[in-house]
Amino acid sequence: MNYEKEEFFAPGHGMCAGCAAPIIVRWVLKLAGPNTIVTNATGCLEVATTAYPRTSWRVPWLHVAFENAAAAAAGVEAAAKAKGEKLNIIAFGGDGGTVDIGLQALSGMVERGHNVLYVLYDNEAYMNTGIQRSGATPWGAWTTTSKVGSANPIGKLRPKKPIGRIIAAHGASYVATANPAFFQDFKKKVQKALSSEGAKFLHVLSSCTTGWRHDPSKTIEVLRLATDTGLFPLWEVVDGDLENMRITYKPKKFKPVEEYLKMQGRFRHLLKNPEYVKKLQDDVNAWWEKYGHHYP
Amino acid sequence: MKIMIRGNESIAYAFKLARVKVVPAYPITPSTLVPEKISEFIANGEMDAEFVPVESEHSAISAAIGASAHGVRVGTATASQGLALMHEVLFIASGMRLPIVMGIGNRALSAPINIWCDHQDMMSQRDTGWMQFYAESNQEGLDLGIMAFKIAEDERILLPAMVGIDAFVLTHTVEPVELPEQKDVDDFVGEFVPHYVTLDPAKPATLGSFGFPEHYMEFKFGQWIAMERAKKVIDEVFAEFEQKFGRKYSKVSAEFVEDADIILVTMGSMTSTTREFVRKLREQGKKVGLVKITVFRPFPKEELVNVLRNAKVVAVMERNISFGFGGAVYGELAASFAKEVKKPKILDFIVGLGGRDVTFNTLQEVVALAEKAANGKKVEEVNWIDVNKEGVLKAEGLQ
Repeated sequence: MNYEKEEFFAPGHGMCAGCAAPIIVRWVLKLAGPNTIVTNATGCLEVATTAYPRTSWRVPWLHVAFENAAAAAAGVEAAAKAKGEKLNIIAFGGDGGTVDIGLQALSGMVERGHNVLYVLYDNEAYMNTGIQRSGATPWGAWTTTSKVGSANPIGKLRPKKPIGRIIAAHGASYVATANPAFFQDFKKKVQKALSSEGAKFLHVLSSCTTGWRHDPSKTIEVLRLATDTGLFPLWEVVDGDLENMRITYKPKKFKPVEEYLKMQGRFRHLLKNPEYVKKLQDDVNAWWEKYGHHYP
Repeated sequence: MKIMIRGNESIAYAFKLARVKVVPAYPITPSTLVPEKISEFIANGEMDAEFVPVESEHSAISAAIGASAHGVRVGTATASQGLALMHEVLFIASGMRLPIVMGIGNRALSAPINIWCDHQDMMSQRDTGWMQFYAESNQEGLDLGIMAFKIAEDERILLPAMVGIDAFVLTHTVEPVELPEQKDVDDFVGEFVPHYVTLDPAKPATLGSFGFPEHYMEFKFGQWIAMERAKKVIDEVFAEFEQKFGRKYSKVSAEFVEDADIILVTMGSMTSTTREFVRKLREQGKKVGLVKITVFRPFPKEELVNVLRNAKVVAVMERNISFGFGGAVYGELAASFAKEVKKPKILDFIVGLGGRDVTFNTLQEVVALAEKAANGKKVEEVNWIDVNKEGVLKAEGLQ
C-alpha cells in the first residue's frame, strides 16, 4: 500500500519552525502506513507533540521514559507476537535518548533481534533541556555544557560517537544513515528497513535551529551541506556486514566544510582559527580516504 | 494437587496458571529461578507466552509496560538492586494504570552488598503507586500471585501489584504447595480483558503523554482513588478465592489477640516463627498475640486499628529501616492511631536485616522489652535487636 497522500502526523504540534524532526517523523509514518505502533523516548518530539489532551499522532503511540524507547518497543513487539499480529513497530529517539542514556536498552533490543525499526533523529545535542552536549555532538561544537571561552576556544573536545557502526556491529538486519535533504535516499532506506525482518536502525540527521543557530528557513540547505561536505556520509549496512558497507551517495564535488560551519552559530568560533577548520576538513578527508571505496 | 516447590516456582506457577502472555525478566539473586522456570515452561510447551530476556531490570519493566499497553497479561520478577533500578519506571506503570504483576524475592540493598532477606527493596518502592502483598509461605506466594492479577485488572482498580516472597527463606526453600486446577484458575482470574486504552492501530491512542500543571494532579488523584477502592476489591477477591479454593486470606490476620496485652506485628516469613513463639508463650499463660500484615499497599489502617486498639503494647517487627525515623511499618501504624483516643503503646523493632535470622532469641528480646513497656517502664521508640551495638558505637567513635 502507498500511504504517501495520507497524514499520520498531524499539524498543530509545538515543534519549532525549521526543526527537521517533524519532517522525518511525518515521512517515516507516511511510508509505514496505519498498521503501525510508535514508541517515543522523552525529548522534544515527545514533549511537543503530546501535550495532554491533544496529540499529533494518528497511529498508536507510547512514551515511557527517556532511556527505554527501545525496551518499550521490544515489549510491544513481544505482545504483538503473542497475539500473532504483524505490524510495524517503530521507536523514535533523539541523540541523547539513543546514543547516551538509551544505548543499553537499544543494544539489548538489537541483540535480541526484535522486529522493530529504531529511528534516531540526531540533532547533535540535548536540545529539549537547552542545548547540552551529547555523545553525538561533533568536535568543535558550542553547546551550553561545552562552552567556548579563553581557556577552551574549541567547544566540544571529543568526536561524535559512531552510533550507526556500533549498532551495525551488533548484527542488526539493516542499518543506514539518512538525511531528509536527500529525500529519495531517505525514502528508500525507510522502506528497506520496514521490509526487512529483525532489528533495524536508521540514523537520521536532524537540524535544530535553536541549537545549531541557523536560519529556520535554511533547514534543508544546512542538512544538504552536512552530506555534500562529506561530514555526514550516507551509507547502509545489511546484517551487520560492516566490511560491505555501501555508501549510497557520494557528492560529485565535495564542498569545503567551512560552508557548513559558516551557516551555524554553534561553529562560529571555529572560523576564527583556520587550524580548527582544517582539522575538521582533515577528519572528513580521512573518513573518505578510509571508507570512500565503499561507494559502488 | 500437592507439589513440592520453591517460592520462586510458586510465582512462576502463578504466572503460568494465570496464562500470562509476556514475561520480560532479568536474572537477579534470589529471583532468578522465576525467569528460569518460565523459560522451562515455554520450552516444554506447557506455557504459551513470550519470554523476553532483557538486558536489565530497567528494560524488564519498560518492556512490561510496552506489552501491557498493547493489551496482554504481563508478569515479571526481580529483587533488591533490580527493583531499585526499576524505580523511576515503576511510577510510570502505575501512572499509566497498567495491571502488571511482579514477583519480588525480598532482599537487602547494598552497601554492603548482601543477597539475603529483608524488606527494604519493596518498602523503598512504597510510594510508586503499586499494590504490595507479602507472602508468609510458598502457598501464599502462589495464591497471592494469582489473586494479584484479578485485583490489578479489576476495572475499578487498574494498578500494578508486587508480591513479595522472602529471599531464600521462601525463594529457595521447598514447601508443599496445593496447586490449583487450571480450569479453576481460568474461572477465577478470567480471560484477560484490558479495561484500559491500548495500542490498537484500529483505534489510535496516545499513551504516556505530556501532562501540564492543569491536568497532572487529576491523574494522581485518580491513582489515589483507585488505591482507596482497592481496599474493598482486595477483600472481595480474597473472599471469592476462599470460596473457590478454601484458603482464607485477609489484609490483616490476627491470632490470640482477644485478650492480648502485647501484640507482635509481623510481615512475611518471620510470621511462622513468631506464631510458634506466641503459642509457647500462651502455653505459659502469657497474654501475647500476633498480627500479620499481608497487604502493605493499600495500607490496612482501619483493620489494624481495630485489631490492635485494646492491647497495652504493640511491638512492630520489621525488616526495613528508614534512617532518620524508624521502620516504615511502625511509622504508618503509629500514624493510623493518630486520631484515636484509646491507643496502645507502639514500639518499633528493627530485626532480620540482610538475612539475619529472626529466631526465638530475637522474639524473646522483643517480648521482654514489650513487657517492660507494658509495666510502665521506659523503652526506646525504635529498637535494634540482634545487633552488636557496642562494636558499632565504638567504630562510630562513641565509646
